[in-house]
Amino acid sequence: MRILGHKLSVTAQIGLAIIAVNLIVAVFAPLVAPYDQTTILGDAWADPDIHHWLGLDNLGRDIVSRLIYGARMSIGLALVITALSFCIGIITGFAAAVTGGWVDQALSRLVDLLLSMPTLIFAFVILSVLGSGLPVLIVTIAVLDSTKVFRLARSVAVGIVSLEFVEAARLRGEGWWWIITREILPNAIAPLTAEFGLRFCFTFLFIAALSFLGLGVQPPDADWGSMVKDYRDMINFGSAAPLYPAAAIAILTIGVNFVVDWMLSMHSRGQGEGA
Amino acid sequence: MGKLIVQRSLLGIVTLAAASVLIFIGTEILPGDLASAILQNSATPENLAKLRLDLGLDRPAIVRYFAWLFGALRGDFGHSLANGRDVLEEIAPRFANTMFLATYAAVVAVPLAVGLGLAAAIRQGGAFDRLVNVVTLMTISVPEYFLAYLLIKYVAVDLGWFPSLANVSSDTPFGDRLYYAFLPMLTLVLVIVAHMMRMTRASVLAVMASPYIEMAILKGLTKTRIVLRHALPNALAPIISVVALNLAYLIVGVVVVETVFVYPGLGQLMVDEVSKHDVPVVQACGLIFAAAFILLNLVADILSILSNPRLRQPR
Amino acid sequence: MTSEIAGTPIVLDIRAMRVAVRTDAGDGPVLVNDVSLELRRGEVIGLIGESGAGKSTIGLASMGYTRRNCFIVGGQIVFAGTDLRAIDAEGRRALRGLKLAYIAQSAAASFNPAMTLMDQVCEAPVRHKVMTRADAEAAAVHLFRELDLPNPETIGSRYPHQVSGGQLQRVMAAMAMVGKPEVIVFDEPTTALDVTTQVECLAAFRKLIRVHGAAALYITHDLAVVAQIADRIMVLRHGKMIEFGEARQILQEPREEYTQRLVRERTEGHAFIDAKSAGALPVLAVESVVADYVGKPKVIDGVSLEIFRGDTLAVVGESGSGKSTLARVVTGLLPRVAGDVRFNGASLPPRLSNRTRDQLRRIQMIYQMPDVALNPQQTVLDVIGRPVSFYFKRSRKEVRERVLELLRHMDLPEHFIERKTSELSGGQKQRVSIARALAAEPDLIICDEVTSALDQLVGEEILRLLKRLQDELGVAYMFITHDLGAVKRVANKVVVMLRGQMVASGDTASVFAPPYHPYTELLLSSVPEMRPDWLDEVLARRRAKAAA
Repeated sequence: MRILGHKLSVTAQIGLAIIAVNLIVAVFAPLVAPYDQTTILGDAWADPDIHHWLGLDNLGRDIVSRLIYGARMSIGLALVITALSFCIGIITGFAAAVTGGWVDQALSRLVDLLLSMPTLIFAFVILSVLGSGLPVLIVTIAVLDSTKVFRLARSVAVGIVSLEFVEAARLRGEGWWWIITREILPNAIAPLTAEFGLRFCFTFLFIAALSFLGLGVQPPDADWGSMVKDYRDMINFGSAAPLYPAAAIAILTIGVNFVVDWMLSMHSRGQGEGA
Repeated sequence: MGKLIVQRSLLGIVTLAAASVLIFIGTEILPGDLASAILQNSATPENLAKLRLDLGLDRPAIVRYFAWLFGALRGDFGHSLANGRDVLEEIAPRFANTMFLATYAAVVAVPLAVGLGLAAAIRQGGAFDRLVNVVTLMTISVPEYFLAYLLIKYVAVDLGWFPSLANVSSDTPFGDRLYYAFLPMLTLVLVIVAHMMRMTRASVLAVMASPYIEMAILKGLTKTRIVLRHALPNALAPIISVVALNLAYLIVGVVVVETVFVYPGLGQLMVDEVSKHDVPVVQACGLIFAAAFILLNLVADILSILSNPRLRQPR
Repeated sequence: MTSEIAGTPIVLDIRAMRVAVRTDAGDGPVLVNDVSLELRRGEVIGLIGESGAGKSTIGLASMGYTRRNCFIVGGQIVFAGTDLRAIDAEGRRALRGLKLAYIAQSAAASFNPAMTLMDQVCEAPVRHKVMTRADAEAAAVHLFRELDLPNPETIGSRYPHQVSGGQLQRVMAAMAMVGKPEVIVFDEPTTALDVTTQVECLAAFRKLIRVHGAAALYITHDLAVVAQIADRIMVLRHGKMIEFGEARQILQEPREEYTQRLVRERTEGHAFIDAKSAGALPVLAVESVVADYVGKPKVIDGVSLEIFRGDTLAVVGESGSGKSTLARVVTGLLPRVAGDVRFNGASLPPRLSNRTRDQLRRIQMIYQMPDVALNPQQTVLDVIGRPVSFYFKRSRKEVRERVLELLRHMDLPEHFIERKTSELSGGQKQRVSIARALAAEPDLIICDEVTSALDQLVGEEILRLLKRLQDELGVAYMFITHDLGAVKRVANKVVVMLRGQMVASGDTASVFAPPYHPYTELLLSSVPEMRPDWLDEVLARRRAKAAA
């Protein structure tokens, strides 16, 4: 199978399939889910049967339906945060690369500082006081994550700016806006897209971990991480319940990582410095 | 080179100071009255006033910050709001437990990861390498609690080989500690071995692609000699960096693992106390974690400076 | 180079060698196609060709080694009676570094930065167990002395980054020789060096080969260099052998057309170009300009020059001379600290950002590396069309027509207009760069080493194109280069720079004729000429000078 003229590896195809399924489920959740996510359908922890493939949860709700609706929250939240962090990171990173001088130095030092501190601990500290309303969650994690995007965007931009065709544009008298959008950005798309995938995975796992620890998504909203938290006690009774949402998280992350890995390996393999 | 090390150390101290400021701001100066956040529903005007006085919230923020910081440097983190005990007393045994778990995991993981990484780099392109690549890619994608619950379900509950709750206390004998902490350690190991192995492999491959390695091949040296004498010394710096970075990650990953296994460490304490809004404890835990993280990053930087041959021999 | 070698034993016998690329995606191009040669003891065979000719691949394959994804798919490589392809990898390994030695193009990259030079020089014979460490060190010091390295006793204890490029190259030669090899492969060993350093290295290599009686394959793209050192020359192109014969015959009576083209360009006596400056006011006048980078010593110190309409002024110097920096000062990328730069009489602001669009339009620049001079994501229409729309505000249709016109001028096919620049070859990209410069209708074009990254024949076509454009349009050039041959071919005026200062300037004819400034003389005499006895003459002259 080929995309844009490049041949896909086996793992990349699997990854794309996984991503596609997840996206469809998340977008069309009400159509796909057999039941509503809040309706109580029977006793708590009822065993799986033909109507309820994974059984019922701690409140008697259908686990499969909850998983499907949870996809919306988990994936949607991660996408929004990654998009926001990307915007912040790319704008600041490109600005730093292009202006240089003390602006660049100041931003880079600040980012280095933030990067050398443990994100989980920080998120903890902030969320423990501000509470975990969705807006706070989104902004906090987006800002913390944008530091990594900054680093990559800046290094990619600096690399491109050092090439002569950017100098040629400057000599022409082009303004910075033109140079960023027409010279730098088209050449930065490849590494940035791969990074988007990686950032998505990280954010996705991070939100789930926070929810698992009680600090992420709060009830009545539910994402996969908080589902793991709700079901965790059942593991001692031999039920595999917490494994289902955890497995869903794992599968999507694996899928995205397969695709990103393929993208990165393509980029490095193709650059032959031939005669 | 000595100058570089001093610079990096100073930077580390500055970072730690900045971290302490951020932690303090995060817990005490953000919008919203701290006292009401702590008391939540049981906030009567009298309780609020008393709490504010207790916490010293009438003093300006800067004063409070330095009071807290200097207290911390002396070991005095104040008293827990949940049970009134001295914070340091609460934390010390927990910290010891966490260090035990982290060291246990590191001792197993590091040699395993570096060894596997080297092997995969040497056999690059072969079936072994490709298999390892896919397996580790999957492992790093997986959240720690997934692995943890997998282990609990199949190894602890179904097979009963190891306990699912890590019931460790200060008088547990060493051998028993190793037994109780085995599953948590295994979970941590699985995650960081995958990360470290991939990065080690990438670093060694990058070095193996250097022209001087080709020259060594053309001089007719054996593969062993090339890897050990030519590649490794130059790959050492990035490998050490990788190891230290992963150990820093360990500090953070330990929080989730402790929660799953209810292991009485610093991470589990922090999670518990956060929900109780026990600010002094959360601040202390945050500061300690941050310090450990920053220290490990600093050690990584310094070690990679020390092992960079170009920096060792000035012009 | 006389060769009384018929009858001496054949050391390396390559028969019908074929090397091809093979990846997971399938079979790739053939790099070496059916090449055969017999190398006798004491003989030097020069392998000459442009990039992509396969000469490096042949050199490496003679040692039984290929780079990633390349495989020897046919033929035999017989060394001292054994076919390297028939023995196993262990057998080949035992020969390399000992009987078969390799000298790479870049010494700086080929030495392990973490080991001392002596460790690396002695490594091969010691590990192959033919010498003790003490013997190897003694032999190494002896070789260092033979190669005229400074401090032969102690240079071994240094690390690679503490030694200069030319010295490192000679240490690499010592490393190859210490095991007393029977065959040495020299892979473009002087290409990365300055012209003046090249002479010393060439002399050292030649002495080494003579004294030790080894057989050598000398790979280079420079005919003049190979003329100094080879007994026989093989001309290669796209992996195939074009011509193979005695050095004298190849250089003086080449039989094949390709060889003739290569030789002709190098030996053609170019009459110096007449000064044909026009106009009363110089297009560009640089007066006592000084420039530096913050905190560093002056990069340009008191340079003055004038370029009139129709002039081509060459700025010549080696690395570190400041010639490229001069271009940056003229264009305003690096603001001058003192002095004046006047364009058509009016002083230009030192900084780029303070200049008007029209001032920017009239000075254009063409770069050395075609791959990075054009945005790989843009089409030819984008690249050439932008200056037209940016400076002249033309409609889309007009822009397109102008671009087509320029393409015709550059002898490029019209359908290139839709192509992405990344799809073009080096020479084609350079033409697009020239078209981009011309699209602005400038008065002055600065050419910064525009042929240095191109193959010899392609570069010569570009020079011819530039000349033609100047004749038609009257544009002036500032031609920055280190290639004195190109200077003689295109420039009517020249400025020689050394460490930021101007040491000579004026008409090419007078600067390049005696009496010379000593540095000019050094530069001129260091450029290899096609005569085989050139090197001996230069060495003799320098020895005489040193003795005086």
